[in-house]
Amino acid sequence: MALVLTEDQELIAKTARDFVDEESPVSRMRALRDSRDETGFSRPLWKQMAELGWLGIPFPEAVGGAGMGHADLALVLEALGRNLAPEPILSNVLMGGQALLLAGSEGQQEEWLVPLVNGDKLVSLAYAERASRYAPNKIEAKADKSGDGWTLSGEKVHVLDGHVADVFVVSALTPGGVSLFLVPADASGLSRERLVRMDSRGAANLTLDGVAVPADAMLGEEGQGAAVVEQVIDRATVGLCAEMLGGMTRAFELTLDYLKEREQFGVKIGSFQGLQHRAAELFMEIELARSAVMAASRAIDDDDPDLARLVSLTKARCSDAYVLAGNEGVQMFGGVGMTDEYDIGLYLKRARAAELTFGDSGWHRDRWARLSGY
Amino acid sequence: MADLDTFRAETAKWLDQNAPQSIRGIPATELDGNWGGKKAKYANPDLKTWLDVCAAKGFTAPTWPLEYGGGGLSKAEEKVLHQEMGKLRLPPPLVGFGLTMIGPTLLRFGTEDQKKEHLTKITRGEIRWCQGYSEPGSGSDLASLQTRAVRDGDDFVISGQKVWTSYADQADWIFALVRTDPKAKKQEGITFILIDMDQPGVAVKPILLISGKSPFCETYFDEVRVPVKNVISEINAGWTVAKALLGHERSMIAGTFGGASAPKRKKSRFVELAERYVGFDAEGRIDDAVLRDDVARSEMDTRAFGLTVQRSTDAAKAGHQPGPESSMFKVYATETNMRRHEVMVRMMGAQATGWEGAGFDEEETELTKAWLRTRGNSIEGGTSEIQLNIIAKRVLGLPD
Ligand SMILES: Cc1cc2nc3c(=O)[nH]c(=O)nc-3n(C[C@H](O)[C@H](O)[C@H](O)COP(=O)(O)OP(=O)(O)OC[C@H]3O[C@@H](n4cnc5c(N)ncnc54)[C@H](O)[C@@H]3O)c2cc1C
Repeated sequence: MALVLTEDQELIAKTARDFVDEESPVSRMRALRDSRDETGFSRPLWKQMAELGWLGIPFPEAVGGAGMGHADLALVLEALGRNLAPEPILSNVLMGGQALLLAGSEGQQEEWLVPLVNGDKLVSLAYAERASRYAPNKIEAKADKSGDGWTLSGEKVHVLDGHVADVFVVSALTPGGVSLFLVPADASGLSRERLVRMDSRGAANLTLDGVAVPADAMLGEEGQGAAVVEQVIDRATVGLCAEMLGGMTRAFELTLDYLKEREQFGVKIGSFQGLQHRAAELFMEIELARSAVMAASRAIDDDDPDLARLVSLTKARCSDAYVLAGNEGVQMFGGVGMTDEYDIGLYLKRARAAELTFGDSGWHRDRWARLSGY
Repeated sequence: MADLDTFRAETAKWLDQNAPQSIRGIPATELDGNWGGKKAKYANPDLKTWLDVCAAKGFTAPTWPLEYGGGGLSKAEEKVLHQEMGKLRLPPPLVGFGLTMIGPTLLRFGTEDQKKEHLTKITRGEIRWCQGYSEPGSGSDLASLQTRAVRDGDDFVISGQKVWTSYADQADWIFALVRTDPKAKKQEGITFILIDMDQPGVAVKPILLISGKSPFCETYFDEVRVPVKNVISEINAGWTVAKALLGHERSMIAGTFGGASAPKRKKSRFVELAERYVGFDAEGRIDDAVLRDDVARSEMDTRAFGLTVQRSTDAAKAGHQPGPESSMFKVYATETNMRRHEVMVRMMGAQATGWEGAGFDEEETELTKAWLRTRGNSIEGGTSEIQLNIIAKRVLGLPD
């Protein structure tokens, strides 16, 4: 697919951008943070996003989706990333939702995916554990057969938006390998603890203490969950990168504005060549990140056999570029960059948290090497 | 050398007899070091005891002259003292801008009266100082500062605003740069003056940082009367004093990150983090080739920098003038410290996303906040860009 926006995509991008600028300035995210809002995002806005069709972009019409692609969704995520909007698209549309799409039965999709797309139910994926680091299937949680059903025990960490999920897709070891289970948030034996993160995004740690689920709670085939998780995480990684692209682009714009406005020694600081060259270099990094995001999101839609490598390429570049944009931004703002009052620091925190989600650049370069056979 | 050995033996014995057990092994980070001052609070009263016994012995300012509360020690003796303190893992008895910035400046530029009045109080930790240089419009271009001081009899009347004043809310006195001659060339109308902050017209407002802490403040002066005798050096000659103090500030910053004062940990922090978050392969190596390289690079940077600092001190001891290498201390020390923290944060992985509360322990959230705080290292005390400009122009002689 060509690395250029179609007319339809231009329209999606513009609509998303206008909506986010109108409804979700950075001050909204700040207010949620400062009031220690329990939900951490706006449910009415979430419902509006559903009505705009955003939550259904990468799903077929059969489940109420728009039958569009990840390249389209990336445009929405980029717009949200620009203003650090905390609504849980990544965790729901790209994690819980994709797991349901790839492995769910018709009944399971009817029960959970349809209301997810409508904005009525929230579905998180609980896969990572303390010892996993970034390997998505390095887990210890287990599910034992008991009668007709299963009993799950173990711990899950950093479950994105797990603090508000209505149901979790939980990975656990069964005799055949990694299996996936749908576990309602109110299941007995399941407890969750909300995390307060530096980027103020919602997440939770889960404890599964002998949680009994019926046989039909299994998502997909027994022992076939690892491949599903891997595929889901690849898709989610691309979505996260699209959000990061929006964030780094906005952080860079703020920095450029400041370079053109702040004066020292009687001139604009943007006139110093030492800063100009670094701005030019950052510009190049962001352009490369954009190309990678476009290619990787199209590769999902095209079922490209090289998808995994493109995902790693994209995450490696976006991690480095966003952190660089944050670091350089704070530095070029000088003292004010260190204050909570200026937005640039919020981007730095989001950059770092996003870098440390789904693998940092070193991890992805290593994965690239592995996938490339060396 | 025999004298130094005697000194070492005596010092070791004195330290062991006088340092309370409860303070041994406490890391002296920026926030829990003993900064002294009238507002000091001691969670552990032994830290105050430790300060008092050291002050009486002259060990809070080991190389300052005896008559001002110093220890009268040579540089070599001071080094021995630090080594012996390191062996017992003792925190410095006192830290702060009195010892590192205004003290050395007063020793050089102060009158006898000024030294007598201020230095002793510094060494006893009675007065805590802060630095009033930067203003909203004057950061890198410090000499453009606007805070006005108008002469009225034996006083100056000072009005204006300072910003980024570290710990102004904890401090008792501020050393400040003020404009005394608005008509002169910008560097030539500046005066360096000492201001008691406990008086009408001085207001301090803490600023919240990206690390969630508020170590620095806005400081306002509204017609504050300050006696002319508080001027250091001459009226309108403050720029020379200011630059000399910046030299001390930059060596202090370099020294902090060169790790001279902090008691050594038993184990490398990197190894601790690897144990907890990354793991080791069958050969016992950090189980992530990229992080392993990052750690080795960071340790090498720190070591090579330490050697460069040592080269400079050894040359100074041998009576040579400071060489061009000293111009790089501030920028290199801070950039290294910042990279080191980035590596540590990457080692922690997802646990580094924690801010507070459940799911993270204090060591984790503090490391994340420490990393955020390090982003200011390349800004405070003159930005890295300004330091590089100085190297390019003054050391390398490159044209403007
Ligand atoms: C944690 C912290 C603690 C501090 N504590 C104190 C304190 O106690 N007392 C005090 O007085 N001040 C303090 N400062 C202030 C500090 O000294 C200033 O922030 C610093 O000098 C930079 O000034 P500025 O913030 O106005 O940035 P600006 O000078 O506006 O600089 C903005 C950007 O432009 C760059 N720039 C400026 N001029 C040039 C040039 N000629 N060439 C290339 N690049 C250039 C800078 O490097 C920076 O990246 C502190 C700052 C921090 C971050």
